[in-house]
Amino acid sequence: MRKFEYLRPEDRARAVDLAANPDVKLLGGGTNLIDLMKIGVETPEFLVDTTRLGLDEIESRADGGLRIGASVRNTDVASDDRVRERFPVLSAAVLAGASGQLRNMATVGGNLLQRTRCAYFQDVTKACNKRKPGSGCPAQTGANRELAILGGSEHCIATHPSDMAVALRALDASVLIETEKGAETIPLADFYRLPGERPDIETNLPYGSLIVAIDIPAPRNGARSSYVKVRDRASFGFALASVAGVLRVADGRVAEVALALGGVAPLPWRARVAEAQLMGAPAEPDRFRAAIDAELEAAQPRPENAFKVTLARRIVVRVLNELAGATREGEAS
Amino acid sequence: MTKVRLTVNGQPWTVDIDPRVTVLDLLREHLGLTGAKKGCDRGQCGACTVLRDGRRVNSCLVLAVSADGSEIVSVEGLAGDSDLHPLQRSFLDHDAYQCGYCTPGQLCSAVGALAELEAGWPSAVTDKGSTPTLEPEEIRERMSGNLCRCAAYVNIVAAVYEVGRSA
Repeated sequence: MRKFEYLRPEDRARAVDLAANPDVKLLGGGTNLIDLMKIGVETPEFLVDTTRLGLDEIESRADGGLRIGASVRNTDVASDDRVRERFPVLSAAVLAGASGQLRNMATVGGNLLQRTRCAYFQDVTKACNKRKPGSGCPAQTGANRELAILGGSEHCIATHPSDMAVALRALDASVLIETEKGAETIPLADFYRLPGERPDIETNLPYGSLIVAIDIPAPRNGARSSYVKVRDRASFGFALASVAGVLRVADGRVAEVALALGGVAPLPWRARVAEAQLMGAPAEPDRFRAAIDAELEAAQPRPENAFKVTLARRIVVRVLNELAGATREGEAS
Repeated sequence: MTKVRLTVNGQPWTVDIDPRVTVLDLLREHLGLTGAKKGCDRGQCGACTVLRDGRRVNSCLVLAVSADGSEIVSVEGLAGDSDLHPLQRSFLDHDAYQCGYCTPGQLCSAVGALAELEAGWPSAVTDKGSTPTLEPEEIRERMSGNLCRCAAYVNIVAAVYEVGRSA
């Protein structure tokens, strides 16, 4: 690991001061950053520890939503009674990721900013446009089984690895940040960028940002939510495909729906095409299939990951069927 | 070099260390505690698992400087003043290992996993909204961060289950 200086600011203002330096990396739980420093992908000169800035609370908002501090550990999100009651999809998504040890360490802010696990990105002996702009993307014709079918470009088809962010995307969460210019709220919808020609720029965070919290608006009345993840092993693996679903059915028709896909795109992929088809439609399996098929028309699978198109379709239909069934049971009782 | 104070297995330490030193390397290379093992050194195998302030973590990914002020317990400290921790006894009784390399991490992880279950923290296999109960399926899920290349998993689950049941 390259030498660096470790700094532990005593408050947020000092952390924001320090963040305005291109040679600084902000340290959360370290589960991804320390690993990347060991393998030479990240080489900061200064490491600024953000875990002791008092950003470790989960608060109820007046509207019935929640504000989750950036340093709250993933474990504490998943096991919080308010999260489990109001946003079961978020608790489920967090628990579907990593291991018990890693969830005890990883912070919410760090989870949002974790990097892709694309093998080329993690291997400094290989070309990678995300790590070294302009060097090329061997994944296009190489080992791309785990990589993106939606939203990729000829420059990068890396997937965003987070489960948590997929649930947050379906829940219309926002990210609260502070910079030298003050506080700002960025909807998660605008937070991540598609790779295009600059896969090295992954977010729209302003220069020198400190993430301080995530806001989740109040749960939609009567809606059910769930997370389904498929991976190569039963536990402790990244998603080949996952879906966070939120659904409310009224009089047999879809009254509200939110679908976000994980493991298939460079960012948590909100399935807006499918949602538009579903709104007002009968809550029936054939309509669910037609809606996700319309979404996946944009898919550009590579030789090794064409199976993800089928996989994504099946898990979306499954989650919608489950949620529709739960809604019907709820109406009957 | 940075001055770091922490407690390891009940004993306070003050050390001057390079900020690159992880808790795992601090234990093994500076304090002579070689119980926690370096398997992958990337948070993927769990062999380095220790308890930090009562919670299990991968010590290979924790910088010692960021653990300043923490209480660390490694496999050497699990039993406290007694001969063996109940989980150590149970691993012996159930033959829950072959080569033993992953065992210190398995033991620390199991201590943490049972405490998390006891505290009512859900896992990916807990029914939505319910309180988790001690089941082999829960143990398998909660111990998934600890790999065993000898594949002693069946006996590890049995060993952890028995201690959880008798607690």
